[in-house]
Amino acid sequence: MQPHYIEFITVGFGIFLLMFEAFSNGNKPRLGLIAAGGLTVILILQCTASSCAPTPDWLSRFYQYNSVALFYKIIALVSTILVLLMSVDFRKVLSRYTSGDDTCSGLGEFYCLPVFACAGLMWMASANDLVSIFVALELVTITFYVMVAYMRRNVGSLEAGVKYLILGALSTGFLVYGIAWMYGALGTTDLAVIAELTHENPNEKPTYLLFGIALILIALGFKIGAAPMQLWIPDVYQGAPTPITAYLSVASKAAGFLVLILIIGPFIKWSATSHEVITILSIMAGATLLYGNLAALKQDNFKRLLAYSSIAHAGFLLMGVASGDFTSVSFYLGTYLLMTFSAFFVLALVRDQENSDSIDAFDGLGKRNPLLAATLTITMAALAGIPLTAGFWGKFFIFAAAIKTGSSWWLLTIAFISVAAGFYYYLKVVKAMYWNAPRSEKSIQVPVITRTVLVLLTLAILVFGIWPQPIFSLLEIFNH
Amino acid sequence: MLFALILIPLLAAVAILLGAPSKKTALAASLANIILAAIPLTSWKSSCWDTGFQVLENPNINLSLGLYDGMSVVMLLLSVLVTLAAVYSGKCPEGREKLWFSSTLLISAGAIGAFLATDVFFFYAFHELALIPTFLMIGMLGSGDRKAAAWKITIYLAFGSIILLAGLLLAVGHLDGFAFADLKAVPAEHQNAVALLLIIGFGTLVSLFPLHSWAAPAYASAPAPVSMLHAGVLKKFGLYGMLRVGMVVAPEGMAHWIPWLCVLLLGNIIWVGLVTLNQKRLDLMLGNSSVMHMGYIFLAIAALAANGENEIAQPAAVLLMFAHGISIAMLFSLSAMVERKTGTLEISQLGGLAKTAPALAFLFGLAGMASIGLPGLANFAGEVMVFFAGFADWSPQDGMGWIQITTIIALWGVVLSAVYMLRAYRNIFQGPLVKNTTNATDISCCDKIPTYLLAGTLLVVGIYPQILLQFL
Repeated sequence: MQPHYIEFITVGFGIFLLMFEAFSNGNKPRLGLIAAGGLTVILILQCTASSCAPTPDWLSRFYQYNSVALFYKIIALVSTILVLLMSVDFRKVLSRYTSGDDTCSGLGEFYCLPVFACAGLMWMASANDLVSIFVALELVTITFYVMVAYMRRNVGSLEAGVKYLILGALSTGFLVYGIAWMYGALGTTDLAVIAELTHENPNEKPTYLLFGIALILIALGFKIGAAPMQLWIPDVYQGAPTPITAYLSVASKAAGFLVLILIIGPFIKWSATSHEVITILSIMAGATLLYGNLAALKQDNFKRLLAYSSIAHAGFLLMGVASGDFTSVSFYLGTYLLMTFSAFFVLALVRDQENSDSIDAFDGLGKRNPLLAATLTITMAALAGIPLTAGFWGKFFIFAAAIKTGSSWWLLTIAFISVAAGFYYYLKVVKAMYWNAPRSEKSIQVPVITRTVLVLLTLAILVFGIWPQPIFSLLEIFNH
Repeated sequence: MLFALILIPLLAAVAILLGAPSKKTALAASLANIILAAIPLTSWKSSCWDTGFQVLENPNINLSLGLYDGMSVVMLLLSVLVTLAAVYSGKCPEGREKLWFSSTLLISAGAIGAFLATDVFFFYAFHELALIPTFLMIGMLGSGDRKAAAWKITIYLAFGSIILLAGLLLAVGHLDGFAFADLKAVPAEHQNAVALLLIIGFGTLVSLFPLHSWAAPAYASAPAPVSMLHAGVLKKFGLYGMLRVGMVVAPEGMAHWIPWLCVLLLGNIIWVGLVTLNQKRLDLMLGNSSVMHMGYIFLAIAALAANGENEIAQPAAVLLMFAHGISIAMLFSLSAMVERKTGTLEISQLGGLAKTAPALAFLFGLAGMASIGLPGLANFAGEVMVFFAGFADWSPQDGMGWIQITTIIALWGVVLSAVYMLRAYRNIFQGPLVKNTTNATDISCCDKIPTYLLAGTLLVVGIYPQILLQFL
């Protein structure tokens, strides 16, 4: 089967789900399971799709298929499946703030929208033209506007929705404007042609091209949550429904970095622009690292802590982009998916049962549910970057790349301080779970979906922590 | 075969968590490890012990284990001996056996892994693996101000590990690979930076002055097995790393920092020595004394840095690491027993314990004497060699260098440790009986086994140090 059929199948599946939702009056959470199941089938199709089938001519201008595209498609599919599964176990909270009762009658669309976002993410992974990148990005962003504000009876969720909408629209404006300048400077929107141009003219230095790049960097800085465009993140993450927060923090960020690599990548390597681009990226990385890590130190709300931690991770990723080592960035995003989802699954569960997001709610979790506490401990260790977990390798490769390419010493110093700060605030959660006395003796029930997913994610964190080669092999699967 | 040494405690820890009988499994695992560790003793030079597999192609990183040289053998012996004693020691609170014994085994597995790894990456990673259960145990099952102590050690050691990682990455970035065999001196312009990062990183882990303040409170509040394993074994990781990696990748850098290193190690010996004199509690005194003794080993390392040809320095350091590990583990184990028998560790509230618990008094005296360097016990051999190392290849015409002056001042540390240890012994075990000690009972046969094991080791190595020096 040709690879590009799979995006069509995904969109078709989304439309089918919407129809099914409209004409069936069965229980809505089942829809989430159907969607997750359908996407799993699509994931299998994606992995078996033939790589050698050439993209037809009419599409090749906008679509390419290689191992990096496959990798990001897998990230998109896996994270969407996990979001759907999390939403099924999160239905009580969702229902309380949508239909206002426990009937779950207003949740139909909540289980359909992620499928569309997923289609957009998959398309973006294959996009090789500024226009198709933009269209795919909008499909993703518009779905997110709806999902963030989905809990309409919750003021926090509405506030998050409005903030996300306004700032998202603003960043879209920057992106279009930047693309326009870039088209004006280079005369094309085709990324392959842009890459060729940068090869042929090593010395040309058009100022208006740099202006276009700057505009695009601002727009993408918003998507990935890089300073100084990160201010929306804590509020939106805290207000959005927890599964959507996880989705935002993994899939949306991965998409942002993919686009950053696709668009900015050639200019990092091009001698005419590399100095300026790398300087801007380094400054953004340093500021992001400082802001994310220092602000996280004081947080006592776990969801907000994860929001700041996601800013901090964006800083490390930006440092990787600035070093020009895109494989390490992709690897980091892959491991980041595992750790972040694991943390959010636990958070969603505790939110569901304790009705609180604060770190206090985790007090004494080690006694109340040892399995949950153990998985969260491993996850936090991975997020902090402790060796023998997948999270360590991510940081390790970024640092190795940064040292190898001779990144500025101040950026490296900030990054190492950030890692040390990370130990403090991630282990704070571990400390609460094991050292503090439990708030109540009631044990926490873990639904079967959450339990299975958590155990799988934690095992993956540990296995990749000892043996990271599979992810790299996947990233180079078509190159051999 | 070497994998088994790590997997046995690891799997035993998992088995305990899944419900196997805690103490029996832990004992069986640590006994099995002692037997396994004895097998390669005669043939450790053979390459047949090297084993491993690749985990990553580019950069080439291998999970490889081996007996890289005799230093690994000695550290392995130290680890397995202290592990067995640690499993025996301390009183586990009711209902927390799973956590207690599985954490002890996990720390042991991490330490053994760190000493057997022949790849910089896993050398570092295994040490971190051991730190996590250490932090958790202190925070959950410690005594006194456990939360503050645990948080302090966590933050300090995390900070040290990050600096260390920065140093290792900076060094390896200029080399061909991560295997120990590939390590060589980095280009001259990076030597000083690498050496500085490694000294701070490893130094924090070994409680080098002034980064030492986490150690005493943590050991005082930690459960006995944890303070035994950390002070006895895990802390030696930093010194082992200085010799194994630091001296190889940045010999000139280390030489550059000798004046600083000398001042800091004197801080350990003299300053912390004076602090130790002033302690009112036995556990804090032991914790501080363990910080103090690190200074001597750093002295041997500084002597090696000053003169790479110095043939005594490295054996001296390793021998003292082993001796100190055994003696401090024994002291922590015995002090936990003192607390169990009398209910306190305040030195002023104890006295005459030798009358009611003669065996305990004898063993404590032996370990205490060993720790202050009484001839005939292992620490003496180590300390004397360190002082010899300070003056190795030296003739009066050379004049006094940093190392020689430091050595002379460091000698006074021996006096300090004799004062505090003998005073503590007198106050606790001699004199009239007091309220706390009147009804104390002597240690049981079961408690004696691990301490006799450690005491025997101290004696054998003390009388015949060649038994270890043959490896070095």
